[in-house]
Amino acid sequence: MLSRVADSLFWISRYIERAENTARIIDVNLNLLLDLPGEERLFEPVIKTAGCSRSFYNKYSKATSENVMDFLTFDTDNQDSIVNCVSFARENARCIRETITLEMWMLINKFYHRLHEPNIKEEMLNNPHDFFTEIKEFCQLYVGIQDGTMSHGIGWNFAWLGRMLERADQTSRILDVKYYILLPDVSMVGMTLDTVQWTAVLKSVSAFEMFRKTYAGVTPQNVAEFLILNKEFPRSVYYCLEHSERALQNIITHQKTINGEKSMRVIGKLKAMLEFATVDEIIMKGLHETTEDIQIRLSDFNATIRNDFIDCTWQV
Amino acid sequence: MRFETYKTEGFYDELFFENGEPRPCAEPLIETINELPDGELQRRQKTAEASFMDTGITFAVYGNKDGSEKIIPFDVIPRIVDAKTWENLEKGLKQRTHALNCFLNDIYGEQKILRDKVVPDTLVNTCTAFRKECMGLVPPRKIWAHITGTDLVRDKDGTFYVLEDNMRCPSGVSYVLQNRRILKQTFPKVFSKCAIRPVDEYPAKLRAMLEYLASNTDNPKAVVLTPGVYNSAYFEHSFLSQQMGIELVSGSDLIVIDKKVYEKTTQGLVQVHVIYRRIDDEFLDPLTFRKDSLLGVPGLFEAYKAGNVALANAPGCGAADDKAIYTYVPDIIKYYLGEENIIPNVPTFVCEDPVKRNHVLSNLDKMVVKAVSESGGYGMLVGPHATEKEREEFKEKIKANPRNYIAQPMISLSRVPSITENGFEGRHVDLRPYIVQGEDIYVIPGGLTRVALKKGSVVVNSSQGGGGKDTWVIAPDKGAPEQGQGLQYMQHQQQQQQQERRK
Repeated sequence: MLSRVADSLFWISRYIERAENTARIIDVNLNLLLDLPGEERLFEPVIKTAGCSRSFYNKYSKATSENVMDFLTFDTDNQDSIVNCVSFARENARCIRETITLEMWMLINKFYHRLHEPNIKEEMLNNPHDFFTEIKEFCQLYVGIQDGTMSHGIGWNFAWLGRMLERADQTSRILDVKYYILLPDVSMVGMTLDTVQWTAVLKSVSAFEMFRKTYAGVTPQNVAEFLILNKEFPRSVYYCLEHSERALQNIITHQKTINGEKSMRVIGKLKAMLEFATVDEIIMKGLHETTEDIQIRLSDFNATIRNDFIDCTWQV
Repeated sequence: MRFETYKTEGFYDELFFENGEPRPCAEPLIETINELPDGELQRRQKTAEASFMDTGITFAVYGNKDGSEKIIPFDVIPRIVDAKTWENLEKGLKQRTHALNCFLNDIYGEQKILRDKVVPDTLVNTCTAFRKECMGLVPPRKIWAHITGTDLVRDKDGTFYVLEDNMRCPSGVSYVLQNRRILKQTFPKVFSKCAIRPVDEYPAKLRAMLEYLASNTDNPKAVVLTPGVYNSAYFEHSFLSQQMGIELVSGSDLIVIDKKVYEKTTQGLVQVHVIYRRIDDEFLDPLTFRKDSLLGVPGLFEAYKAGNVALANAPGCGAADDKAIYTYVPDIIKYYLGEENIIPNVPTFVCEDPVKRNHVLSNLDKMVVKAVSESGGYGMLVGPHATEKEREEFKEKIKANPRNYIAQPMISLSRVPSITENGFEGRHVDLRPYIVQGEDIYVIPGGLTRVALKKGSVVVNSSQGGGGKDTWVIAPDKGAPEQGQGLQYMQHQQQQQQQERRK
């Protein structure tokens, strides 16, 4: 497979996964606003999670829900806004139009035009829940169509790898930022507000229902354990790492060449770090330090993949 | 919408006789449309347009910043060509393409035709598309013009003329295939009544031609080379590569090592044998042609010269579609094939000739003037529709650089009924069939019918507000279907084709 094409498939997945996560976080926090009237700081962590505090506060003085919604959804100056994610995904899809299936292309193309409809902003403000649900459903539909219409060969595995990598990154970020904001003071542990907020964290990665089936109480430890170490939940960091590794293994098997060994080593080490860890150890070491470590290593992994498959030193 | 009040207004109409009766080949269509309930045809037209938008069959118009993408306007009323007319056109197109290929082999080789003074050598030497770098070069299988799009027009009396030859990556064939797909959805019943010749074979023919060029390998790898997503024809590049099942690459995906071309893949380098390039000559290789080109592949031309890669079309083949050389095509056909040309040229005045130039300058209000090196409807003057000031300006341009201009009398282009706000009205059309020259010459049955959708306009280029129509070529009468048996007939035909392929 052409390196450029593999790269595009990888990034389409990342962009769409990113758009889905952003939509999810906004939606959950809008809901939370109804439970916690008067809470003004609710959207600050959202901006932090997205990693765009600086550009946001350059534009706005206050993180009101409206400002945040607009910034994260429609602002083209914000690299990671939903509109940009969908545009970049479409741009990439256009470049590899002949590789992806017609159904995948049509979905992205239609949704791109949908987000550029003239009254779309008013639609969002009038009925945000429906609007963000539509975005989530588009992203899920894309994953489904990709799985159901595209051959699961090298290209598809690159797409899968991109999705898993992005998801691991997003989950670790959400956890990091929320933990930081929510536990400024140990005495707050177990208070009602706390529970409501931690539930929101779970909902941000749509983990609440699955969490409930495993744990009785919503405590910070339980949430951290579930979102980092759970081996079955599809948005836990560990799960995403394991599946990144599988995707990578598939690529290597399909290709019958040796490149990819370095990437395999990087992801293997990271996975092993979490495989035998306990949540107490993680909290002892510091949750923030752990998630930061994960993010750095994920970015290393990303670079190694590039090195191994995309910008490889070309040999005949 | 009905055809009851439709008028041909003195033009040649592709679907109707002057007296308002439909031509025999158009009868089933007209009947079907007349029977549709009110508003149904408009609804189908809308559905067709939406289908173009959703599938992203869009076209980028250069210099248009706000709406960087538009759908090509599409009109669901097809243009229909009867079997006999087509048979003659097909013969003529094959003849012309063959002769022009001989011409290219000659002018880059021995130049006999110039020495025999059939074509003036000054014309070739001053032709901007003539590539000195290609002198003495013999392309794989001696084919230069692999893909040709020949523009045909039909005059008041129904005679077809060749308006121009396009050998420099002519675009539009993807619209032919898409238009057909959409019309099958729009008028399924008519398809089952008429024996309309299918066009879907084109990608397979194209791929077979490309692979035929790689004579020194059993396992040829062919790719489509695109300038990228911002090119106005990008959709077509990607569509064709998908339909052919070969990879679409951009210049940066390729690398030349030791005069061999490779593509960069996740597995390392893989050799490429044939490139269907949709990049102009000048941009192909910064080491040989334009140095500032970022679209091309450094060293590609050397690899081509060494015979390690085939390029379709061959660099330098634009010399044969120069609008001034066009006037000599009948002579070229006679010279190489010893035949009279089957489809005539539009009478053309080469402005370089002082006598003809004066004639042009004093009759500018009756002529269409074109810059020989431009395409896409740019750099042209439609004399009868231009203002006095525009004509004066053009006179100066012609005087300043006569070699750059040709002029033709205004042809009264034939028309096809089209949907307008006021019901059906005739709109002027041309026709661009696509010709693939490989082991043999294949002409797509039909081609792109371009239509000037503005009332009275004769400029059909999509960059100038033109649109498209499907083109139906009716199968020859041998065992032609009775009404209602079209489907069986087509199935029968397809089976025959398959059997032939197996042979």
